[in-house]
Amino acid sequence: MTLDIDVILTDPTKHIIVCTGAGGVGKTTTAAALGLRAAELGRNVCVLTIDPARRLAQAMGLTELDNTPRPVPGIPNGSLSAMMLDMKRTFDEVVESHSDPERAQQILSNPFYQALSSSFAGTQEYMAMEKLGQLRADDSQWDLIVVDTPPSRNALDFLDAPARLGSFLDGRFIRILTAPARGAGRGIGRIAALGFGIFTNVLSKLLGAQVLADVGNFVAAIDTTFGGFRERADATYALLKDSGTAFIVVAVPERDALREAAYFVERLNQDEMPLGGLILNRVQEVPETGLTHDQVMAAAQKLTADTTGTLTAALLGLHAERMEIKGRQKHLASRFTAAHPSVPVQPVPAMTQDVHDLEGLREIGAALANQEISW
Amino acid sequence: MQYWPEVTLHVVSGKGGTGKTTIAAALAITLAKGGHRTLLMEVEGRQGIAQLFDTPPLPYEERKIAVAAGGGEVWALAVDTEDALLDYLEMFYKLRRAGSALSKMGAVDFATTIAPGLRDVLLTGKACEVVKRKEKKQDNAYDFVILDAPPTGRIARFLNVNSEVSGLAKVGPIKSHADSVMSVIASEQTAIHLVTLLEEMPVQETLDGVAELEQADLPVGGIFVNMTRPPQLNTQQRALAVTGQLPATQIETEIARSGLTPSKKLVDVLLAEASDHAERVDLEVNELQRLTEQGLPLFVLPLLPGGIDLGALYELAAIMTAHGIGEGQ
Repeated sequence: MTLDIDVILTDPTKHIIVCTGAGGVGKTTTAAALGLRAAELGRNVCVLTIDPARRLAQAMGLTELDNTPRPVPGIPNGSLSAMMLDMKRTFDEVVESHSDPERAQQILSNPFYQALSSSFAGTQEYMAMEKLGQLRADDSQWDLIVVDTPPSRNALDFLDAPARLGSFLDGRFIRILTAPARGAGRGIGRIAALGFGIFTNVLSKLLGAQVLADVGNFVAAIDTTFGGFRERADATYALLKDSGTAFIVVAVPERDALREAAYFVERLNQDEMPLGGLILNRVQEVPETGLTHDQVMAAAQKLTADTTGTLTAALLGLHAERMEIKGRQKHLASRFTAAHPSVPVQPVPAMTQDVHDLEGLREIGAALANQEISW
Repeated sequence: MQYWPEVTLHVVSGKGGTGKTTIAAALAITLAKGGHRTLLMEVEGRQGIAQLFDTPPLPYEERKIAVAAGGGEVWALAVDTEDALLDYLEMFYKLRRAGSALSKMGAVDFATTIAPGLRDVLLTGKACEVVKRKEKKQDNAYDFVILDAPPTGRIARFLNVNSEVSGLAKVGPIKSHADSVMSVIASEQTAIHLVTLLEEMPVQETLDGVAELEQADLPVGGIFVNMTRPPQLNTQQRALAVTGQLPATQIETEIARSGLTPSKKLVDVLLAEASDHAERVDLEVNELQRLTEQGLPLFVLPLLPGGIDLGALYELAAIMTAHGIGEGQ
């Protein structure tokens, strides 16, 4: 089953496209190319990238990380804006928009908040979701948002981290830490209360009493100002489940990347999230010549033996190598398809060069939509 | 031994998709040759080692997973943060029982969430504990420890545990633990290797990674260029291919001589592939040059046609040995 990406890009009911997949498969470039193509098909698009390579950022005219969508010039039809996520800045803005200036200052200067907002492993995912929610809420400007997912340890972190951070901040431990006396008195029972005694004791040993005090102050400060973090994470999760969203899983025809893609597809199914399809980057394209690999190899060998045909022998050798790579890739892809027959797949040929400008992105966009790739 | 004679801890990092786990595993086999005992460690909970060696998921326990020439042994360990924390509590406070009660309550997750630096110091700390067994002449010591580390983008922060925990604890047990970890990682006992492909993005990330590690005074070992393909056309042929000057008529005659039926279509396909190939090889030559300019030991490894399995790891190890790594020769 092939994926017709233009159908998704031009569907006026689709407002969010999420590109996800293992590291190093070309997710960010794919997101940017999809955004550009959608804009040129008449949509008003915002591309939210997490960590673009320098050249790609330059191709979209992004020169600084300032957490604001910037219009990309040179789009004839619709419009395209692009931004890079600044997770700390996004977190700061959440705090500022939900509390009075004095309390905001109190939170922003808390050492625990600073550690949480700049280095906690799930913060980037949480803030990507937060920013997505904000951009989506502002629907007067954009009717399609294309988002790239953070380079996590595994692709599923993107779905789980927001809820994890949310339940961490709203969780029992943190509540009890901030009010140990009250916590020990009710609900959790004596044994657990004893556990918490050891717990805070061990934590103080590990982290120092000051850190625990900072955590307490932080929670007390955010508690009264704005709603639960978990609630916010739940809201974004619901946004992702909406039929206005399409997940595009990106992979390359290699074992590990396809395994990761399969995990993700299974998870999306399990959570009833809308899957658009699989984009298979870097496939080896070989035009059909009616010859088999063995025939080409035999011909190349015959010419190598006969010393005057070395140029053609080399050319045939190259052709045979490509046929072999293609064969191996198709075998891996067919295993994925056998396990997930209903997932539409779009192969995208390997590009010789990295993207340096809009024209390069446009070419990738065309390849993403090409229904006649000889693969 | 030609490379890194003082080194006992080899840290392997690389951009996602470059095959860093493969290289770490092949290095563990290479260094085990000649009757050595090596430990291959992973820290990201991906069970990449088990998948590579085709074994069931590894528990938090050192297990022998392969052998090497001359009676060498490769062991493996998948480090889990929670278990590493329990080890730590036991070692310094004799608190294992209290610790495991806490971990059942999800408290360990909580602690490492509050302090992300804590997770890293526990993971690197485990590697350093294993390295130090040798100095202490313990029975379960290893000659070499190979750590399959987080990707290049995060490696300097992951290893520079001192600066990570400094915001957290200026004094106290965690700080002194971090200091002792740094005394191994930032010393000549350690070499940090980066794995790359000959493509623009991974090469750029490798160069940035080297700069970042050097900035943090962390010891860079070598660069492993993975999955390379030898050029099918020589320099002269490539130069002609790029400019579209390959002799079409000659090729057509030669095809006829090869036993195939010549056609314009076939000639066109071959010419287009040649020009594409030449362009790619030129780019790769350029990227290899950028890496060479770093002046670090550079190890070029081929793309293995059958994919990566246990046999392929031995094949890569043989190439590493031929490059002068370990004492297998």
